[in-house]
Amino acid sequence: MTKENITVRFFARLREELDTEELTIPAKPGQTTGDLLAALAGRGGPWAQLQGGQPVMIAVNQAMAKPSTPVHGGDEVAFFPPVTGG
Amino acid sequence: MISIQAEDFDPAVEYAALRDSGAGTGAIAIFSGLVRESGDMKGVTGLYLEHYPGMTEQVIGELIDEASNRWDVRKARVIHRVGRLGLQDQIVFVGICSAHRGDAFAACQYIMDALKTSAPFWKKELTESGEHWVEQKASDVARSKNWE
Repeated sequence: MTKENITVRFFARLREELDTEELTIPAKPGQTTGDLLAALAGRGGPWAQLQGGQPVMIAVNQAMAKPSTPVHGGDEVAFFPPVTGG
Repeated sequence: MISIQAEDFDPAVEYAALRDSGAGTGAIAIFSGLVRESGDMKGVTGLYLEHYPGMTEQVIGELIDEASNRWDVRKARVIHRVGRLGLQDQIVFVGICSAHRGDAFAACQYIMDALKTSAPFWKKELTESGEHWVEQKASDVARSKNWE
């Protein structure tokens, strides 16, 4: 992976419903996780649920994040449903 | 110490290891969670557990650190299983050594409650008629918020 790209990972129900485990997306200046979600939701179909559907949790580089968290090239962003372990 | 594993664990072995936490320890609190039949769906025959490798260990490590800031924690052990589990299988283990029982109970309960809402694990219920992802429960969120 190069510094120009962001790795996006999906887990559990989202991974299954989007039929996608991992994506590589070119990084854009000033981008946030919310921008990434909006761009992905714009693909339509099952992707539309990423905005306005059930809650989506966000992690950047394996730490919990918010829609306002900035994203840079080389980052790993994960989207997943609320957790249910234990 | 934190273990995320498919394999089962032996509480007796874990207890013996926790006892070996040095002078000053006067209490050990242990919790273990089992797969139960009555979940979100009827007729549950087992569970499938997924997690986020790397992040899971980090989050649980932070929970142990937070518990150690709040209470006297001499030694902590967390085991969480992943993959396919059957009814009555052990799914999670939290063990805490402390000087006193109050701290041991509190730290054990805190880690278990916080783990359910912040550690990246997802449970899927398996039944004879199909499978579905377990939704987060408001009661789990409320229990976790009680510690804030």
